[in-house]
Parts: sequence; structure tokens; C-alpha cells
Amino acid sequence: MAKINMVQALNTTLHDVMEKDSSVLIMGEDVGVNGGVFRVTDGLYEKYGRERAIDSPIAESGILGTAIGMAIGGLKPVIEMQFSGFSYEMMHQLEGNASRMRNRSRGQFSVPLVVRMPYGGGVRALEHHSESKEAFYAHTAGVKVVIPSSPTNAGPLLRAAIEDPDPVIFMEPKRSYRSFKESVSPKDYTIGRAEIVRSGEDITIVSWGAMMRDTLKAVEMIESDTEFSPEIIDLLTISPMDAATIVESVKKTGRCVVIQEAQQSFGPASEIIALINDQALMYLEAPVKRVTMYDVVMPLFAREMMYLPSKGQIVRAIRETLEF
Amino acid sequence: MPLDTIGTFSVSRLSILDETGKADTDLMPDLSEDQLIYLYESMTLSRMMDARMLNLQRQGRLGTLPVCTGQEAAFCPAILAIRDTDWFVGSYRELGARLMRGETLMNALLLFNGYEEGNVNPENDRTLPISIVLGSQLPHAVGLAYASRLKGEKDTVALTVFGDGSTSEGDFHEALNFAGVLDAPVIFLCQNNQFAISTPREFQTRSETIAQKAIAYGIHGIQVDGNDALAVYQAVKEAADRARQGEGPTLIEAVTFRMAMHTTADDPSRYRSDDLVASWEKKDPITRFRKYLTKEGIWDDDRQTALEARIKSDIDAAVKEFEQGVEIKPDAPFDHVFGTPAQIIEDQRARFLAELEKEADHG
Repeated sequence: MAKINMVQALNTTLHDVMEKDSSVLIMGEDVGVNGGVFRVTDGLYEKYGRERAIDSPIAESGILGTAIGMAIGGLKPVIEMQFSGFSYEMMHQLEGNASRMRNRSRGQFSVPLVVRMPYGGGVRALEHHSESKEAFYAHTAGVKVVIPSSPTNAGPLLRAAIEDPDPVIFMEPKRSYRSFKESVSPKDYTIGRAEIVRSGEDITIVSWGAMMRDTLKAVEMIESDTEFSPEIIDLLTISPMDAATIVESVKKTGRCVVIQEAQQSFGPASEIIALINDQALMYLEAPVKRVTMYDVVMPLFAREMMYLPSKGQIVRAIRETLEF
Repeated sequence: MPLDTIGTFSVSRLSILDETGKADTDLMPDLSEDQLIYLYESMTLSRMMDARMLNLQRQGRLGTLPVCTGQEAAFCPAILAIRDTDWFVGSYRELGARLMRGETLMNALLLFNGYEEGNVNPENDRTLPISIVLGSQLPHAVGLAYASRLKGEKDTVALTVFGDGSTSEGDFHEALNFAGVLDAPVIFLCQNNQFAISTPREFQTRSETIAQKAIAYGIHGIQVDGNDALAVYQAVKEAADRARQGEGPTLIEAVTFRMAMHTTADDPSRYRSDDLVASWEKKDPITRFRKYLTKEGIWDDDRQTALEARIKSDIDAAVKEFEQGVEIKPDAPFDHVFGTPAQIIEDQRARFLAELEKEADHG
């Protein structure tokens, strides 16, 4: 089977879903004729024309606001924020309307739409193009937040997001867009469920997005001189979080490290540690560690690799937790 | 290089009924006697319910309330001019419009006493709940209009309502721009009631009219006398007809006046004079429409007395039902977070119910 990268996986999925379901459309800045600045929507305009592959005016609130109407009206819009750093223009439509319409109308209306957005650092980009703000979206009741980590899970998760009855923020780690390929075999993924990518006994390691790949490499580095049995969990859905999978794992291993690309405070890593505190504290044999960025404005690219969690940091955190 | 005029634009204003209730017969819309009476009755119901709700609020029997008295002609005729199968995307100051769309008096009371259940329109599933954040509902109407077209409903349009303050919001600009670019069959009906809480219209925009803003988006725009029920009907009807025929969106500026406070938490004497309010009282939309109907011989004092008695009795019945108490499901908010079950939400529901029980035990 031919190997594909994440962009190809997402693109193939969009082609497939739009072919099977005429209510699905894409809309965003440069997603049509240009196929998206990362080419995730390549070829859709040629197949479906401007009616279902809409090059929108440059207005993120307008894009989401219009998509909310489309979704209530029976379509399934998959909109693109060109970079997550531009998505703050749409935050009031997300918090004020997309997330609330189901509750506000007591279920009379729902807003099944997907907001795709490339996010994250490590690609030597301009300001506003490197942040990881999943906590912004996850802190909103009624919104689901999904982050794939590989060509294998990106496609099925995007499909699940499009089929989901709720607004889904689908954050694509752009550092992983083209950095590796996989032979993709069909596999089911459910929104709200984390994946145990490797079963083990000694320590639970949780990560998501681009950090997943670094985490797997860090584990390999440790294994080159140390025998240990890690249980590695790919979170995949930030919200609603799959607490059970994490808690069960920690009950088994008694140790846990969480690796998050975002800044330290108020993020998913903090939430995971709080859940462990609530439900598995007495099983712990070591404090739960987190490896994160710092609470600073994301530096431009001359400094960004100093600030993003490194494989070395992940290795050290795992070793310290194992040896505690 | 010559300096050429590359475009000239004009803005029209439509007015059919003057303040004495005399109609310009050339401009008369095509409305049956029954329709005229239905419209008048709806406007009267809106006014009387508004007054009763304000009264209930002042007695501490309802929560904070936006009041719409004086603006009935700016929204009620718009509902008559569209179809039940069209989308209605309102704001929060058009009670009569919502009642015409099938909203119940009971639900109006529920909503403004803090129950989301009041947002559910039992009659019409193409009426969106009220929208509080100014202007944010406008793009929804564009999306709904677009969705109707794409799904092959060639005849469906979307009507959205908002105030003059909303025209300063980015979403107003974005929605009109999207509607123009997407050629969406949508009608933007602005209730220019002169004040956004305390801020007068001229502080919102230097534009002489709101209608002229349509020109910048390449869409139709018109100003109407918003206290003239027939003019508003005609403007919305023409906009809807155009939209149905694929001729795109329209911005309508209905010039009216908010006779009372912004909400019950507001004191308008801080920012506007009694004289100004009095000058608008003379233009009252219901009085004017009644004069017209009376002149036409289709309305009289007996009918008026009977109508008021009927409405009063309907409102009394709704208030009575409402005050008998409403059974609510305390954990309903957990039902409507997501459309799929989520363990983390169910865990929290269990915690919420357990806490409620403890509160009940310990007071």
C-alpha cells in the first residue's frame, strides 16, 4: 500500500465524504481555486465548483457565522481557518452561537459543522502562525475539540467530525502535515475516545498532536539503554476528554507524564493531572509530570525550538518519573 | 488623467400612510381586508403583551426584559410579508413578530423568567431563538438562505432583524458582504429606533442613512417609515419577491422609535428628553394604522373593544398558567451540551444531582 502524509489523508477524506454526501461543503480563505494554502482542499473546487467549494471573503467571523446558518439549514459545512492564529476573529460566533444553539433551543436546532485549522509551532513561520491554543476552544461547553497526530488517524477523525452532530474544532498539527508518511489502513476512531497506541505496565505517557511523534521518538531513545514498559496514550479528543482511558491506565502503572505543546498553565495537561488527582491519586507512586511550553508569548522562529518541548525534555521527564 | 465620475448612487425612502392615517393609493400594497385586520390585531397583541410583561417585571414577577412598544410597525408587517417556510432570524426586540411566527404567550413569559424552554417555537421550526449579542445573528441568516438554495428550495428566503446599534458590529459588515458575494436570498431588516441603549444613532455612524450602506455591498437598500405598517410590508414583500427570483439580498432601514427603555434595567431619562419622546408619540404606528382602517370602514370602536377584551383574556390565561408554576427538569442543561453521550458530562450530571439532593437535605 502506498504511503501518504497527513495532508493527503485529509484531502482524500474530504474528496470521499463530499462525493458521498451532497450536504457537505467546504468554505474558507483560498480553499477553492487554490486548494488551501496547505493544499488540504486541493481538487475539490474542480469537482464541486463554487457552490460547494467556496472561496470566502476574508472574514473569520463571517465564515463561521454563515456556516452556523448553513448547518442549522441542513448542510454540513467544513470550514477552514487558514491558521489557528486567525481564528480569534470567530471566537464570539463559536462561544456565542455555535456552542450554545443546541442548549438555547433545547435541542430544536443543532450546529453540525467542522472548523479545520492548522496549528502549532516548529515550521519557522511568521508571528501568529505557531501557537497551540486548544484550551481556548476546549473551555467552551458544547464544542468538541479533536487533534489528529498521524496520517492514519487524521482521515477517520475528520470523517467522524463531519458526521458528528455538534460543532467540532479540528486542529491539524501543521508540523506533522508532511513530515512523515504512513501506509494507511482503514481504522475506526470515535470522537471522545483516546487511543492506547502502546500498552505497557510501568508508566502512562499522554500526548497529542505533533508532540505525539516526538514522544514516540523519546521513548525509543530511552529504550536504547533502558528496559521499560510504557503505556502510551494519544489523546486525539481534547474535549470531551476521555478521562476513563487515562485514569484506568494510571491505576495500572502508578506513574504518568503528560506532554503538551501549548503553554503550561490552564491547558489539557493541567486538566489531565486534575482528573488523575480526582480519580486515581491513591494509585500514584510518583508525582504526575508535565512537559510543556512556557507561559510566554510564542517566540518567533529564531527561538521557538528552545521553547517548544524537546525530545530531551520528554526523555528526562519520563526517566525522572520512572526513577522517583 | 481626467477625474471622471464612475458611479452615482441614490437612496429611496418609502412611506405610504401619513400620520393622519391617509394612504397613498398609488403605493398601496396588495393586502386583503383579513390580512389588514390580522396585522392590526398582531400589532395590538404585541403592544398589550409588552405592557403586561413590563408590569409583571415591575412587580418582580418577571426578569429583565427588552421592551418593544412603538416599534410594532417595524417588525409585524415583515412577518406577514414572508412565508412560514421562510427563515426568521430575529434579535430580541420584536415580540409581536415572534408571536406571529407561532410563539406562545406562555413561552414569552417563560423565556423572560429564565427558562430556555421559552425559546422553543412549537409551531415553526424555521424560527431561530432570540439572539442577544448584537449583529451576530446576521451571518446565520445568510447561511440559512444559502443552504435553502443549495438544497434546492428555490423559493425560500431568510429574514433577519436587528437594530441601528448592530450596524456598527463587524458581523453586520461581514454578513452583508457575504450575502452579496454569495448572492444569498436574505432580507436584512434594520429597526433604526434611534438609540442603542443611550447612544444615539448619529454616534453609531456618520452615514446619513443606514439604507445607503447597502450600496457599498452592491445589494438593494431602501429606507422606510418604520411607523408605517403598510410601507414596511411593501418593502419586505418586494425584497422577498426579488430574493425568490434570484435577485439577491436587500437591506431595509425601518426608521422608528423605541418609546420605552432599552430593557427594564435602563433609565432613558438619563439620555433623552421628554420632548423628543413626545414628538414620536404623535407618530404612533398603531394609532396611525387604526385611523387608516377606520377610514376604510373595516374597523370601528366596537371591534376595538372586543379585540382588547379578547387579548386581555388570552394574556390573563397565559399569566395564570405561568404563575401556577412550571415543572422544570433541573438537569436539562446536561441534556443539551452535546448531541452524543459523553461520560465526562454524565459524571458531572450525577454530581450535580447528588449535590441537589444534599442541598435539599440540609437546606
